[in-house]
Amino acid sequence: MTAYRYDGTFAGFLTCVWDALESRTDPAAFLLPEDSPTFWEERSLAADRGRAKRLYAALARRVSPAFQKLVTRGFLTCLPEKELALFTLIRRGLQEGDRVRLDLSDPVMADVNLALTKMWTEWDHLKGFIRFSELDGVLVGEIEPKNRVLPLLASHFAARYSGERIVLYDRTHHEVFLSDRGRWRLLPAEDFRMGPAGAEERAYRAMWRTYFDTIAIEGRLNPKCQSTHMPKRYRHVMTEFLTDGEMERSLPGQSPAGSLGDGNSGQRSTSTTRR
Amino acid sequence: MEVMDKLAILADAAKYDAACTSSGVTRGGRPGTIGTASNSGCCHTFSADGRCVSLLKVLYTNCCCYDCAYCVNRRSNDVPRTAFTPRELAELTIQFYRRNYIEGLFLSSAVLKSPDYTTERMIEALRLLRTEYRFNGYIHAKAIPGADPGLTYELGLLADRLSVNIELPSESSLRLLAPDKSRASILEPMARIRDRAAQSKAELKLYRHAPRFAPAGQSTQMIVGATPESDRHILALTEGLYRKYRLKRVFFSAYMPVSNHKSLPAPVGFKPPLLREHRLYQADWLLRFYGFTAGEILDEGHPNFDAALDPKSDWALRHPEFFPVELNRADYEAILRVPGIGMRGAERIVAARRYGPLSFEGVKRLGIVMKRAQYFITCSGRMLPGLRFSPESVYRRLAGLEQAALGGGESWQQLSLFDGGAG
Repeated sequence: MTAYRYDGTFAGFLTCVWDALESRTDPAAFLLPEDSPTFWEERSLAADRGRAKRLYAALARRVSPAFQKLVTRGFLTCLPEKELALFTLIRRGLQEGDRVRLDLSDPVMADVNLALTKMWTEWDHLKGFIRFSELDGVLVGEIEPKNRVLPLLASHFAARYSGERIVLYDRTHHEVFLSDRGRWRLLPAEDFRMGPAGAEERAYRAMWRTYFDTIAIEGRLNPKCQSTHMPKRYRHVMTEFLTDGEMERSLPGQSPAGSLGDGNSGQRSTSTTRR
Repeated sequence: MEVMDKLAILADAAKYDAACTSSGVTRGGRPGTIGTASNSGCCHTFSADGRCVSLLKVLYTNCCCYDCAYCVNRRSNDVPRTAFTPRELAELTIQFYRRNYIEGLFLSSAVLKSPDYTTERMIEALRLLRTEYRFNGYIHAKAIPGADPGLTYELGLLADRLSVNIELPSESSLRLLAPDKSRASILEPMARIRDRAAQSKAELKLYRHAPRFAPAGQSTQMIVGATPESDRHILALTEGLYRKYRLKRVFFSAYMPVSNHKSLPAPVGFKPPLLREHRLYQADWLLRFYGFTAGEILDEGHPNFDAALDPKSDWALRHPEFFPVELNRADYEAILRVPGIGMRGAERIVAARRYGPLSFEGVKRLGIVMKRAQYFITCSGRMLPGLRFSPESVYRRLAGLEQAALGGGESWQQLSLFDGGAG
């Protein structure tokens, strides 16, 4: 049994899978650079894009395009030890073919499917719950998702706001989505702070809060139902639950910057630092 | 008046409309425009009453020449009145949309001067939004009964979905509470919208650029609990609307006491029949996705919902001959009838059993919750090992689960209030 250490990228993961399949070893674990050592024998592999590409193509050709998608999407979930689960599925898929996708009551497949369902739910939630602020003509927003949904959200917002410039920051995975009139990129970014809002932005925020408060019917108040549909974990970045002051503070999330705005305007411009 | 004040008044006046969905049409982004639409719709937030907020739901104006007793905007009600200008409304929609607050606009209106005049104002606002502001997102517009068919047609070319509210579940209730409206005046535009939409669909097959009329179809809503119709009557009406008028959705709105009118329930101490509304939506789901007919869910001997049970469990307990369903053999439609198994669960069962026979353990791993389903299913000919029950104990256990799901006590009591009236 071998523990594989890789760089956390999909190409890096596929490189390890290739190695494990070729040497017929059972991976005991997949480790990221920052993980502490285990008592397993360790193999540290750099991403080999050539091998990754060939394996990636084989998933579609030898199993099915739907299976390939299952693996790539599965890699974006926050399933603990997702690499091991996906490795198991890849090995089975290459042996059994596409039939493996029907084995929904298999424990590993069930785990991956549940993780995928949760990820798509989060994606669906965030398509609606993301809030942008217009700062100097740019639409700026932040999310703090459990799964790595930013790549899945990117095309949605790029198409929807094809005439706009957008900056959307993922605090959990330290990644930023940048879009300039339909052309977009995803980049790693360690630090992000939202700048102060102008008068017009504040006016629209206030109108939205008024609308939100007005539209609820007093005789039907039902906070439990509200929380079922919109879990509280989303609310700390949503305009209707925040004051302007709270929005301009870099909220205490997992962001390493985590600095609380103190009114020092020099510090609070919209900025992203590449890793 | 500031736009902020108008928004507060005109959103407040629109909030009793239940429909706020943005579903039924898929449209990708187009260069030079702003916005997209997706078939399944998108909820942008949930208000404190737990309802989805998808669209900016406002009235164009709340100045009304009608006097419908159940409506907050009735002419005789003393409330502040105002109206948007088309530009204010377009600007507000776009700015909310850019910030991802909303999926689009739901424009309704009180009847200002006449149905024609009102519709013309709405057309003006929507045209500005679609042409000058290049808005490509979702628009739901309310067709005003009594407006010229040509104007309603124009409205439908700008909107994705049209709706005509049926308001109350029977002609006699309408006569009593909405003297300015009649069953015919509501059903006539509904039929015309249906025919126009069908015609537009047929033309689109021939000419790619044929004008699209209400591509997301039409919906309606009715107020429940203000008048004495039975659940069976309402459900049969709903089924008829789906079949005859090809509606995409029928919405139910529990009556909120907004008036002292002598024909309406007294506002003091009145509790809106929220549980009844909930049961109607559950039954509506059974009609649309589960292959049930209204006559199966409720019949003459059984004209109202059981307060203690959801309609699907209720049906299952009244049809012991249908069960148990063998999950390894039964077809999709039969599996769908098992309480506790939904569409996704049924699909998974049908897919997974192609790999190999399913055990109870395996069924659980598909994500199916056994609490309700266990009494109605077998796997390879066996019931869940160790399960002991009688028809009475199943009723008690299902009712207990339902009560827990509804959050216990309070909503529980509400049904008894209309039980007497609905008889």
